Amino acid sequence: MSLAMIFAVAGLVAAGTFLVTSRSLSRIVLGFALLGHAAVLALLASGGRAGSPPIVDGEPVPDMSNPLPQALSLTAIVISFGLTLFVLALARRQQLLTGDDLVEDDVEDRRIATTQEAREAAVDETRELEALHDNPEGGS
Amino acid sequence: MIAVVGLCVALPLLASALVLGVRRLATLRDVITVSTMAAVTGMAAALLAEVDRNGTVVLRVGDWAPDLGIVLVADLFAALILLVASATILVVELFAIGQRRTPAGADPAVVSPILLVLAGGVSLAILTGDLFTLFVAFELILVASYVLLTHQGRESQVRSGMTYVVINLFASTLFLFGVAIVYSATGTVNMALLAERIPELPAATQVGIGLWFLVVFGTKAAIFPLFSWLPDSYPTAPTTITAVFAGLLTKIGVYVLIRFFTLMELDELGALLLVIAGFTMIVGVAGALAQDDVKRILSFHVVSQIGYMIMGLGLFTVAGVAGAVLFLIHQIPVKTVMFLAGGLIEDDQGTSALKKVGGLATSKPVIAVLFALPALSLAGLPPFSGFVAKLALVDAGISSGAYVIVAVSLVGSILTLLSMTKIWIGAFWGEVTPSAVPASGRRSVTIMQTAAGLAVAGTIAVAVVAGPLWRMSEQVATDLLDRTPYIVDVLGGTVGEEEVD
Repeated sequence: MSLAMIFAVAGLVAAGTFLVTSRSLSRIVLGFALLGHAAVLALLASGGRAGSPPIVDGEPVPDMSNPLPQALSLTAIVISFGLTLFVLALARRQQLLTGDDLVEDDVEDRRIATTQEAREAAVDETRELEALHDNPEGGS
Repeated sequence: MIAVVGLCVALPLLASALVLGVRRLATLRDVITVSTMAAVTGMAAALLAEVDRNGTVVLRVGDWAPDLGIVLVADLFAALILLVASATILVVELFAIGQRRTPAGADPAVVSPILLVLAGGVSLAILTGDLFTLFVAFELILVASYVLLTHQGRESQVRSGMTYVVINLFASTLFLFGVAIVYSATGTVNMALLAERIPELPAATQVGIGLWFLVVFGTKAAIFPLFSWLPDSYPTAPTTITAVFAGLLTKIGVYVLIRFFTLMELDELGALLLVIAGFTMIVGVAGALAQDDVKRILSFHVVSQIGYMIMGLGLFTVAGVAGAVLFLIHQIPVKTVMFLAGGLIEDDQGTSALKKVGGLATSKPVIAVLFALPALSLAGLPPFSGFVAKLALVDAGISSGAYVIVAVSLVGSILTLLSMTKIWIGAFWGEVTPSAVPASGRRSVTIMQTAAGLAVAGTIAVAVVAGPLWRMSEQVATDLLDRTPYIVDVLGGTVGEEEVD
């Protein structure tokens, strides 16, 4: 794996991961495109050093580049292309429904978490009051 | 018999194309879908009988040598899970046909073809003997699940669908990186060859590969701490979809984890797996206790139960892995039928929120029975299948001296029972609530209840045939941990030898 390849993969992964952690779906789509490229580059690099086109020209085997990672990469590219389109369609649907493409909070989850917080806050308050009652001077 | 292995993958995919063409002709569509799944289930049963009697069946696609081409391997483990999985999809398909197009239900014109794609992907993931084909199979399953989850396009579904899609896409990208890492370390993606070469790598590389794939497969299997997408997305989908997701998708992740970790001899990660298992059990069930909606409680239980299977794997003993395999076989039908019962509640009452539902034990005794039996099984009460599976795991844990995880698993079981009681008190006891939805003429409650009843019968059957199943599970575990049978079956013998008979 050449140094240039390492830096290319690392850069693509870094940028891709940064974009994927965003809340905006259009950025997430771009992030996945970058991550997909990085994975394909890594697959290609895993095949060893570059060589002449495999099989078609009838070159001797030691001069060929390894055809297997190329086949795997092609499959991976097709899959990631289809999925990118699907996520874009999902982003468009979200935009139609809510007017933006941000990933929303889980309402049900927030509801249960909030009641829990409210309960805890009530318990804390009671404890503070009790402490104040038991020890009037120490309650600062 | 060798053709059957290929047909289990190809038939659902071909039928899917056919069903897509005739999707507006309801009767023809339903007949094709159900008969295809029935055929796949039948073939899986025949395959299981054959494999149990005469040993592993290996299909070399295109007759390429195993190190060059793709192999499909039906060993005992694969055949067992394939049978359970395809029977589950068949039952869910029946339920979907019964449900028709109620507001809560999914559109069968979309669901039927996509479920068939899912079935093809599941068969491929179970049978494949090649890491990259496994990636393709996962993508097939995931693409189908993305569509199933979001096809109604409701706001809640698009929201939770996004979390689901983004997290799974990320895991898939990591999978691709994993394939690159493994290929550059070993020069092959064939699992039997990997099983020979990975144990020869430096220890640090082995652990690195193990951890990498633990994250990849762990995200699919929803282990702690990678499970957060599951309880968020599952409850928003229509019941039939959630049932098949909960029953199958995470379990395929577990299946692959068991397969990969035993085959690559990664038992140095056993202790880590046990810790993960403990957290998965407790965090999952604690999440379930906090919820107050039937579908959400059940979704958290999916996570909790994954912990038990990981526990069996983490022990890395024959008894432990056999326990995990038996638990897997018990979980697939039980989880599916629990969600189907949840769907029957939702279908009858128009909601599955515990506060708005009540008194079903008197008003709808059939649903109560269909819920109670698998719920007791899930909690692990005798004489149901959950008891047999949990007993096997606890027994394996004690004989390995892993007392902490055994204690954690027992606490998890009690909490499971507690949260099942919560559903029972909330939905089945108390004041009878009037249904919020008017009875729709387009659905057939009889078909839905028959489908759920069939699945309940399946879970009871697992307990009835627990003896032979346990024998098979032990056989599976012995072969998995020994590793040589798999390697010899895939690589051994000259090309084309199997085709002669």
